[in-house]
Amino acid sequence: MAEFHPKTFAFFCNWCTYTGADLAGTSRMLYPADFRVIKVPCTGRIDFEFIVKAFEQGADGVWISGCHIGDCHYNSGNYYAQRRWAIFRQELGFLGIDLRRLKFSWISAAEGRKFAVEAKEFVERITELGPYTEFHSIIPKTREAEAVTGGGN
Amino acid sequence: MNINDKSPAGEVATMAEVSEVVKKLRERAKELLASGAVKMIIGYGDGYSKGKTVPIFITKPEDADRLIFDARCQNSLSMYLKTAEIKAKGKIGIVVKGCDARAINVLLLENQVKRENLHILGMVCEGVGDPTQDKCGWCMANTPPVYDDLFGEPIPNKGWNEETFAEVLKLEAMSPAELWKFWTEQFDKCIKCYACRQACPICTCTRCITDKNQPQWVPTSPHSEGNYHWNLTRAFHLAGRCVGCNACHNACPMDIPLKLINWKLIKVVYDDYNFIAGMDSATLPPMETYKVGEETDFIK
Ligand code: SF4
Ligand code: SF4
Repeated sequence: MAEFHPKTFAFFCNWCTYTGADLAGTSRMLYPADFRVIKVPCTGRIDFEFIVKAFEQGADGVWISGCHIGDCHYNSGNYYAQRRWAIFRQELGFLGIDLRRLKFSWISAAEGRKFAVEAKEFVERITELGPYTEFHSIIPKTREAEAVTGGGN
Repeated sequence: MNINDKSPAGEVATMAEVSEVVKKLRERAKELLASGAVKMIIGYGDGYSKGKTVPIFITKPEDADRLIFDARCQNSLSMYLKTAEIKAKGKIGIVVKGCDARAINVLLLENQVKRENLHILGMVCEGVGDPTQDKCGWCMANTPPVYDDLFGEPIPNKGWNEETFAEVLKLEAMSPAELWKFWTEQFDKCIKCYACRQACPICTCTRCITDKNQPQWVPTSPHSEGNYHWNLTRAFHLAGRCVGCNACHNACPMDIPLKLINWKLIKVVYDDYNFIAGMDSATLPPMETYKVGEETDFIK
């Protein structure tokens, strides 16, 4: 069997983490590339539906990252996001979602190094956890094959 | 209770003594309708089967004598306030228990109803249901927090009660795998009838996310994935807004313990942000505001 590469989604805010990822790249830092980045204007833009949808698309892990508290390009977007995740995460945990499969971080545009370190931590963690078979089991059979293996990374 | 055990409408009322409180309620309702102060009063009337009530919408003073109030009045009439038909009426009167009044506070806060369009007939309530519902044991609003007229001797309201959460704590002690099994088995029973949404006084969206299909966030089929997603979404959309009235829980025909998810979120919101929904109509729920400088430990 081929080596397991997890299917993961990463929602990054345009102003900080996405730019931080750019910095890591232009600085030629090495990090595993097993995540698909979805750029959003602000962490406050991330509806919790995005996370649920990601898992329904067969994600083994989801990573959300944006500007540090106090650094939001729109002043308060990440403050709202923070409270939303603080509450949503506890609901997910209560409903049996494995919270190790969710990662939240604040990474600024200047933190290319931190980006590389966190990316490595995330991918290694999800790889070790393996495919999220529990959640995959509720994906309807008609979509399962596409969702779970679809596209690779 | 045997739902086939039918007795003619009105029988219960004629049999039972009309309490002083109900007499006063009827009098006041008569006054309000006769003077034209309100166009309509929404209240409880006798049901068609024993132990049940029906919502009544009265417009004539003489119909005020159909109003009742006792432990059978379990349903929340506040949920009618979200309907276009009622909104079109202008000023109306409504009979509420404490939990229903809390729901009205949430609606006021969210500008879903105008205070001047409501005449709130608040009933002091010591619990409803036979046996009394568990939520009534730890009710924080025996005396409604908002009303225009109050019926019954006010009872000092109790504060936050940890006892409420015994069942939630039991679930919290389970492992993620056990919880996953528990909830997916529960949600698998869901038939996507949306009774939970319809019965909820706070679910006010005229077009629910689950009815939207561009994009289709919530899979509409009643299969495991769609059911999990729906129940997760329903509860989260009510986080910080749910008043714990159990209307959704009681409405669910498949006996899914929706109250446990609601209580979990009620507890989270109280533990982390010291907020209880519906106690007044001014304090913003936690997700609609923030504090400068606050941080959480799970975001590194
Ligand atoms: S208990 Fe259910 S019906 Fe009542 S406010 Fe909460 S979510 Fe709505
Ligand atoms: S009332 Fe129960 S069965 Fe109906 S949609 Fe809600 S959770 Fe599902």
